[in-house]
Amino acid sequence: MQITIDNLSYTYTDPSGQTVHALQSVSCSIDPGDFTGIIGRTGCGKTTLILLIAGLLTPTKGHIFLDGRDINDKSYDRNLLRQSIGVVFQYPEVQLFETTVEKDVAFGLTYSRLGSKEKEDRIEWALETMGFDFEKIRKQSPLALSGGEKRRVAIAGVLAVKPKILIFDEPIAGLDPYGRQNFMELVSRLNDDGTTIIMISHNMDALAEYTKRLIVLDEGKVIQSGKTRDIFLGWGRDTRGTEPQQIASLISKGKNTLLDDVVTYDDLIFALKKQLLGVEQHE
Amino acid sequence: MVVNGKNISYSYDCNDTSYALRNVDLSIEQGEFVCILGCNGSGKSTLVRHLNALLQLQHGELTIAGIDVSNENDIWRLRRICGMVFQNPDNQFVSSVVEEDIAFGLENYEVPREEIPEKVNSALLLVDMEGYDKRAPNSLSGGQKQRIALAGVLALEPDIIIFDEVTAMLDPDGKQEVLEMMRKLHKAGKTIIAITHYVEEAVHADSVILMHEGKMIASGKTRDILTDVQLLKIAEIMPPMAVRVYYDLLDAGVKLKECPITNEELAEKICKLP
Repeated sequence: MQITIDNLSYTYTDPSGQTVHALQSVSCSIDPGDFTGIIGRTGCGKTTLILLIAGLLTPTKGHIFLDGRDINDKSYDRNLLRQSIGVVFQYPEVQLFETTVEKDVAFGLTYSRLGSKEKEDRIEWALETMGFDFEKIRKQSPLALSGGEKRRVAIAGVLAVKPKILIFDEPIAGLDPYGRQNFMELVSRLNDDGTTIIMISHNMDALAEYTKRLIVLDEGKVIQSGKTRDIFLGWGRDTRGTEPQQIASLISKGKNTLLDDVVTYDDLIFALKKQLLGVEQHE
Repeated sequence: MVVNGKNISYSYDCNDTSYALRNVDLSIEQGEFVCILGCNGSGKSTLVRHLNALLQLQHGELTIAGIDVSNENDIWRLRRICGMVFQNPDNQFVSSVVEEDIAFGLENYEVPREEIPEKVNSALLLVDMEGYDKRAPNSLSGGQKQRIALAGVLALEPDIIIFDEVTAMLDPDGKQEVLEMMRKLHKAGKTIIAITHYVEEAVHADSVILMHEGKMIASGKTRDILTDVQLLKIAEIMPPMAVRVYYDLLDAGVKLKECPITNEELAEKICKLP
């Protein structure tokens, strides 16, 4: 599904009575099958943007089109919207509430037209996709699982609906590095299978490695959007960027030479081998 | 030793069939900066929640600054000595105004009303947030929120401050702000205990305690632990990037003089190569 965001603004009044312009005249588009990262400082409007895309907030101005149709138009089928877009909020694990894992994952399918066998298959698929042994986990209490497991169960609940667009708000915050890597690989596989992914994250290294495109927000405005690699490379030496970029920048300054084209860890090792050994090929 | 624990075990399961902590011995010196490193579910949070009696000791012994944590009469004294900052900044506020939020702990400890404003201001000064007393916590950035949460802890003048994955929710700038704050408090003589699974946050600690599956699998000098890739592998912890680069270069035939743990050290060693 093609997402087109046209001149979108969102304004609200905070508890102290001040008007907050959370988003101002944002225009961008996300193609079907894209893996798009949204980055920007805390409070720059990232979460507001995804809530608007998911139809959970109504814009003050502007439009969001899904395949050319305005989702805030009265004639737009809200059920279709809910089935098309799945949102995994920050700390989804706090939203678990059922007595067993399978019941929790099944909740999103309560009003679906699937038969009971199809529903069970769907739950099994969602939990197995999230790396669980279905038979082992299905009867367990979701509340007794570890933090990382709870998060995977919560995501399985969203996956079970099989949305065409999956939106994640800071999904890897709090996961350890291997957990983070496994999670990003899993999301990449969903993306390879055709699901459009939109992901908010502060983790530059993960975004650089896995996303195809980036939208950079600052104070409610889009300040950059484009291919992930181009954006990271365009920031140059003096911005924080990814950790390999920071290392490359330190070495470039110290050696007074340029370690170019470094965004990811593999890029860094390649550039160092080239510099130190004259090796020209990625192994 | 300001923290002295022996043979600590803990189970969340009433049937005692699975242990979140198993026979952990813990000793931390006054003024030390210790990082407790471990993957999700390794028991690190369970361990430190014993230090200020958020979890009751089930097995073993534990004293903090001479106070036995299992003595319920000493809980308030204990929590004043041992303050804790948590992962999610938004979950830690009890008031919609910064100064009231910081005053909350002081009021609970029945600090005389006239002394509170000065203590609030000193705490704000310590976290470089002077002038923010009338602001709403929800109008602040993630790093600022964590610093306000920290100010609420500092107002009680604890000797030991525990940071439980406090950078997990922060953007890169916020992360640096909070890490800088830990270093500053350590320099000022506080005992710092930081829990994390990010090795890059451990590099500034004096020592590292490595947890895995509820057990302490190693403890020692930060450099020794963070460069031991076999040990980190057992703990399911990714080595610092500088260490990974060192070993990848070694495999390619480039030997640096010694294994660096920070990116700055790595860059310096590479720049010294002919």
